[in-house]
Amino acid sequence: MAIDATDIEPLIRAAFPNARISVEGDDGAHFAAEVIDESFRGKNRVQQQRAVYAALKGKMDGPNGALHALALTTKAPD
Amino acid sequence: MTDATTQVKDTVTANDVVLFMKGTKEMPQCGFSSRVAGVLNFMGVEFNDVNVLADEEIRQGIKDYSDWPTIPQLYVKGEFVGGCDIITEMTLSGELDTLFADNGVNFDQDAANKIREANG
Repeated sequence: MAIDATDIEPLIRAAFPNARISVEGDDGAHFAAEVIDESFRGKNRVQQQRAVYAALKGKMDGPNGALHALALTTKAPD
Repeated sequence: MTDATTQVKDTVTANDVVLFMKGTKEMPQCGFSSRVAGVLNFMGVEFNDVNVLADEEIRQGIKDYSDWPTIPQLYVKGEFVGGCDIITEMTLSGELDTLFADNGVNFDQDAANKIREANG
């Protein structure tokens, strides 16, 4: 089951309404996303990326997950 | 805890450095697992590899244990450090060196520097 970069951004946006979000990738399975959000300040990378994965609600999960590979970069705004 | 998460906990507490990965450190079966195993191998870090493809219960158990949906997952002294993206960032920033040094894990400092020179 393929997924588009344009499908991913709204999922992240719903959880991080004020974030700067960019999603790249056009093969339906491998994507790179950068999420810059104030809520990340003071959190370590594991905590930041766990929050993004939570927003993707199981789309990353296992063989049935639509998203095989999402390279994540997360940080708080400079 | 389920049997699988108990087994994960036992593994990460009994070994200083554990990488849960797809495939083995000699023969990784996914590019992301390969990248992290490659960094550890290159840095001369002794680590235990757990092939999640060989055990479906561990494959799910590790995700439940860490509340993290993807493989690979690196543990140092029982603590979850991160997946492929985080380990890559930490390697290039030198934070991984610091983490290993702080935890008494031996690694080849020259090799770590070479990775950064090659990717600078």
